[in-house]
Amino acid sequence: MGSYLLRRFLLLIPTFIGVTIISFLIMRLAPGDPAELRAGGGLRGAGEAGISTEKRGAVDEAVVQWRAQYGLDKALPVQYAVWIKNLFTLKFGESYKDNQPVFDKIRERLPVTVKLNVLSLFLVYIVAVPLGIYSATHSYSLGDQTTTLFAFVLFALPVVWLGTMAIVFLCGGDYYFLFPPGGLTSIDYAPEWPLWQKLKDQIWHLFLPVLMLSYAGFAGLSRYMRSGMLEQLRQDFVQTARAKGLPESVVIYKHVLRNSLIPMVTILAGILPGLVGGSVIVETIFSIPGLGQLGYEAVLARDFPVVMALFTVSALLTLVGILLSDLLLAVVDPRIAFGRRQ
Amino acid sequence: MSRRGGNSKSVWRQKIMSSSNREKGREKGAKLSALVWREFKRNRVAIAGLYVVCFLLGIALFADFLANDKPYYLRYQGKSYFPILRGYMVQLGLARLPPELLNVEYKTLDNQAAVFPPIPYRPSNVNLTASYAPPSGKHWLGTDKLGRDVMAGIIHGSRISLSIGFVAVGISLMIGVILGALAGFFGGWIDLVTSRLFELMLAIPTFFLLITIAAVFPPSIFLTMVIIGLTGWVGIARFARNEFLKLRSLDYVTAALALGVSSRQIMFRHILPNAMAPVMVSVVLGVAGAILLESGLSFLGIGVPADTVTWGSILNEARSNTFAWWLAVFPGFAIFITVLAYYLVGEGLRDALDPRLRGLR
Repeated sequence: MGSYLLRRFLLLIPTFIGVTIISFLIMRLAPGDPAELRAGGGLRGAGEAGISTEKRGAVDEAVVQWRAQYGLDKALPVQYAVWIKNLFTLKFGESYKDNQPVFDKIRERLPVTVKLNVLSLFLVYIVAVPLGIYSATHSYSLGDQTTTLFAFVLFALPVVWLGTMAIVFLCGGDYYFLFPPGGLTSIDYAPEWPLWQKLKDQIWHLFLPVLMLSYAGFAGLSRYMRSGMLEQLRQDFVQTARAKGLPESVVIYKHVLRNSLIPMVTILAGILPGLVGGSVIVETIFSIPGLGQLGYEAVLARDFPVVMALFTVSALLTLVGILLSDLLLAVVDPRIAFGRRQ
Repeated sequence: MSRRGGNSKSVWRQKIMSSSNREKGREKGAKLSALVWREFKRNRVAIAGLYVVCFLLGIALFADFLANDKPYYLRYQGKSYFPILRGYMVQLGLARLPPELLNVEYKTLDNQAAVFPPIPYRPSNVNLTASYAPPSGKHWLGTDKLGRDVMAGIIHGSRISLSIGFVAVGISLMIGVILGALAGFFGGWIDLVTSRLFELMLAIPTFFLLITIAAVFPPSIFLTMVIIGLTGWVGIARFARNEFLKLRSLDYVTAALALGVSSRQIMFRHILPNAMAPVMVSVVLGVAGAILLESGLSFLGIGVPADTVTWGSILNEARSNTFAWWLAVFPGFAIFITVLAYYLVGEGLRDALDPRLRGLR
């Protein structure tokens, strides 16, 4: 088990290097170099024609300075090495937009996104697993068919639609005012509020965003659970278990359930990056100051240090998620840790 | 071709025979496609989904005839014209527009007779006097800020959504099945390398990658298709890999190996048909996912050119103008119905393709 984990961990290193190379290449693919882009924010581009010659000279000088400061006058592999070194010392550079350290920006917003995603992941598994078990054990009954259809409907509902509808109809506007139209806390939120009031306010604000992040997961995961269980129910060992007189509940919950949880754990690794990606839309719709919103704004503003840092950080988070799901997989299915191809 | 067809058919027939003896007599001579179709037909929900898919394909195909500012038929200055058909010919370079019809406004033309499509607008027709018109007899689903007809936008937007869904998933399927098959069948270092590749793709925040690339390059529908396709194959590949890994240790594969059948034949003729059912699930998720992704991208105003009306771009307008509820309700419903229909059809197909499910109902 220990050696398996060590092996899995070491295997993540080439993956991480791959991610950093892609991230670095995206930066390089961007037209113009970062110094030009930084200068482009206010002075280049549209307004160039109107700039007086002496001002343009000043901009050019600044560009040369920035180029030296970022090490852009060096060869590509050297730049990459410097960037990696900075990465490990958590120096992500400064935002082009407001010159704030990128690290501070991310640290400020990371907890928000993590909170959203952890809550939604919990909700997904709590709802989807029992739903899948019910569907599989009552397969083709009226209840199963209703759940199935409902799952399809949920899966097909686009977040952009539901989110926009919620904003239009439920969050003030011309119709109902059941939920806040955005943000994490009320404007008059104060630290001296009693705990229950703080909790209530947070739940009120988080309800819609977390629901938007989760509902597709209910459908997807319960479908996987159902088909996984049906697959197992067809196996011979189920017949054996029934034939030797085990009660149905033991057959289902001990033998079948354990085996059908294996694919569910693999799927966890696939869901994680989806949640981060999905939070771009949800955070944008509900104006939640998380990583998704930061990333979207950075991309629109071509704030590449922020984009690169976010790209790398969320890739790192996802790798941790994959490692975690491998660990869980090895726990639920010991064959994986010990079994090797003959 | 005939040998290949006969072979896979007999494999399928064997499987069906062994799994349900009930239907033994009737299976004789039936083709696989006929068997699948018969199973599929039993599933009324899937059939309903199929009708919707065909309906949507029809709308996308005939978008120009459903919503167009040109008339089907026009009688003008004593002559007859068919402007929509003529428009196609002009596009193909087969004909020229008659000089008297160049740059004319058909609706205000002093014509003797004209037959217009049911929605006499194109999504690009701007009419600033009809800004934010609620649904009415004139504009069935209302208009947006620029007075563009929402119904016309939804009809023509279906072309973009469907083509992005199909092309992107086609790319994903090809990459995914080949890589998954190689990894699962050969194992060893090939599996190790491809698994790292899967992991790399999974670890990349796809949505960030999409919006970053879309922000760096000029917006284009083709680019959007390719990026969605190139980033979406991992799910398919992982499922294919797991299936191949599972199936390669089965007796019939060992038997084929012992008979000296080549690896390529075993992989694609013997294992692939059996591995396809679970892969189909992820393909269907992929079509749905690609359409959803595209709507998300255009909702954020990224990927497709700004003047192109898509379902997502109409939705986006509703976000800042919450009084215009029709901008939120209708395009979102179009996305929803499309994704739902594909999902139902795919699921029905999966059940019909899977011989092990036969006779269970």
